[in-house]
Amino acid sequence: MSTPFEYAPAPESRAVVDIKPSYGLFINGEFVDGHGKAFKTVNPATEEVLAEVAEATDADVDEAVKAARRAYTRVWSRMSGAERAKYLYRIARIIQERGRELAVLESIDNGKPIKESRDVDIPVVAAHFFYYAGWADKLEYSGYGSTPLGVAGQVIPWNFPLLMLAWKIAPALACGNTVVLKPAETTPLTALLFAEICQQADLPPGVVNIVTGAGDTGRAIVAHPDVDKVAFTGSTEVGKAIARAVAGTEKKVTLELGGKAANIVFDDAPLDQAVEGIVNGIFFNQGHVCCAGSRLLVQESVADEVMERLKRRMATLRVGDPLDKNTDVGAINSAEQLAKIRELSDIGEAEGAERWSAPCDLPANGYWFAPTVFTGVSQAHRIAREEIFGPVLSVLTFRTPSEAVEKANNTPFGLSAGVWTDKGSRILSMANRLRAGVVWANTFNKFDPTSPFGGYKESGYGREGGRHGLEAYLKGADA
Amino acid sequence: MSRIDVRKTYKLYIGGQFPRSESGRSYIVNDAKGRLMANASQASRKDARDAVVAARAAFGGWSGRTAYNRAQVVYRIAEVLEGRREQFEAELRAAEGISPAKARAAVDAAIDRLVWYAGWADKLTQVVGNANPVAGPYFNLSTPEPSGVIAVVAPRSPLLGLVSVVAPLIVTGNTVVVVASEPHPLTAVTLGEVMATSDLPGGVVNVLTGSQAEIAPWLASHMDVNGIDLTGVEDEALATDLEVAAADNLKRVRRPEPDTDWLAEPGLDRMTRFQETKTIWHPIGV
Repeated sequence: MSTPFEYAPAPESRAVVDIKPSYGLFINGEFVDGHGKAFKTVNPATEEVLAEVAEATDADVDEAVKAARRAYTRVWSRMSGAERAKYLYRIARIIQERGRELAVLESIDNGKPIKESRDVDIPVVAAHFFYYAGWADKLEYSGYGSTPLGVAGQVIPWNFPLLMLAWKIAPALACGNTVVLKPAETTPLTALLFAEICQQADLPPGVVNIVTGAGDTGRAIVAHPDVDKVAFTGSTEVGKAIARAVAGTEKKVTLELGGKAANIVFDDAPLDQAVEGIVNGIFFNQGHVCCAGSRLLVQESVADEVMERLKRRMATLRVGDPLDKNTDVGAINSAEQLAKIRELSDIGEAEGAERWSAPCDLPANGYWFAPTVFTGVSQAHRIAREEIFGPVLSVLTFRTPSEAVEKANNTPFGLSAGVWTDKGSRILSMANRLRAGVVWANTFNKFDPTSPFGGYKESGYGREGGRHGLEAYLKGADA
Repeated sequence: MSRIDVRKTYKLYIGGQFPRSESGRSYIVNDAKGRLMANASQASRKDARDAVVAARAAFGGWSGRTAYNRAQVVYRIAEVLEGRREQFEAELRAAEGISPAKARAAVDAAIDRLVWYAGWADKLTQVVGNANPVAGPYFNLSTPEPSGVIAVVAPRSPLLGLVSVVAPLIVTGNTVVVVASEPHPLTAVTLGEVMATSDLPGGVVNVLTGSQAEIAPWLASHMDVNGIDLTGVEDEALATDLEVAAADNLKRVRRPEPDTDWLAEPGLDRMTRFQETKTIWHPIGV
């Protein structure tokens, strides 16, 4: 679409990143070949093959767990909290120092816009290590004791590859655990760069082990008998499989799973701000956000006006090259995910909802989906119930606060919710009644290392971030 | 001629009422010497589902009450229990074959535990909740909230154990479906009578008696139950099955601890295990 405000391309340089043709596994402080096959990771914006990555087998996972156990027993659990803290501070600082490199690599491997990886992901990653570094020598004040669990097996998703790594590794290490972490198969590169950062920080070998691979590698980590704690972020379906796999064992588990967040706009809300919040809620990171505000509940009296303003705003979203500094919406992470988004959107149309997509020219290569909104959605529609995990918004209306609460809570998920109103008492009343782990009032999709994050119901259990995030990695004062 | 005593029919406690099992079944409960104490109701799948419906119906009202009010109701249970202590001492002596002194100690401890938990209702939020110093212009607060309907497989300890697993759940706003100890179910029903006369709304606590292995799986797989406390499960294979079933809707699980020392100070864990942390954000501006 041509507007008076066309921007010239402003691409971030790739020169700052050195991608190797192939990568091994990071076990016991070194890169090793592993015993499995190699798989390719591609740039979702261009479909260019970026590198070959090793697929860890059961034997590789076993080696990684053994390395983690050795490091736990001999070094890490014996070290004073103050010394552990220094390593975490070092890592935080190196992440800040190499921020540009990490941001560019994250955007290349994941497809997310550089302005998000540069301004959100990487700064929050560094902040997480900084925050938890400070806890390492203060655990006895946390209320959860100060005894680590042992070896943590951690499996993370592709939507925020480095941020999820930080959410998992920083608290685990601060509490004195060692880790075996598996990044997602479509986004392994920044985790492998993080392994180099661990080397630069002189982190003792085996404290952090990174094994790449897909579902089988993840299952091997979860099932390994010498893993004391399992931490997973990903789909509800896999979360349930993990809950079954650890049943009858002593393993401690935290699960951060899917969501279908209601973003509730009342008629007295500042509408332009609300529209910005709606856009941020669902189109941030291409909608690849478990807490995305994917169900817009708008009060009937302002529904037409909100939709008009929303469509006008959506038409200004710039979709395209993730490395362009003016890009708002980047590439869908994989062909598989694109197919899923297309399928659910087609079902939305077939079930009678009205579809509207922002007019935009999508690149010929790569995986792309235009920001899309569905109106005339009912609670029974699959697009109102299932997590699409893409830039697709479903719009429902309501008349009274109670109806909004009822519709918002009418889902098996309970990760997040948004409320937009000028009335303070209504915010507090809604926040009380919404069954969700995070409630954003007059804002959306805000994250901070000091703040606990996690779900109710089928959105999983446990909290990450903040003081509460320590509980997942300590034996607990009562145990 | 000596007086013929009037025996009590032990029924279930569901939704504030004392219905018989819809199955029409009962099972024999003997005292410690093997003599018949009563025919207890043997709850069925339908009874379990009715209990969940009652617990769900009660959840909104109970969790929505002020913590001060929940504290008073739980304290009231202690008051009423105190007034009926002889009855409970007699039941415990018969059921467990313990000495009068031990029975008295168990009843004392159960009453004291209710009082202890009552005091937590309006303090737990302050102890486990907090404001978060966000790096940005936001006001941000984390507070605990109840998980919802919790199924509890009660331990063998008929009164103190039962009170120790139920009180921490209700004082924090959850509603509960309890599978009473299979060999010692009668005290649980009598405790239901105490709760029914303690201003505890119907449905907040529901008591099922019968076979653990028969009832618990229906509760573990029930899609409208948010958590399951397996404290009293003594069979490891059954515990694993229940934990697997609980994954159907990602119930919060407390794994078995049948050998717990109920006289020890409990700590916060039984309250916090079935709480969710909610974090609320709002921008700071003028």
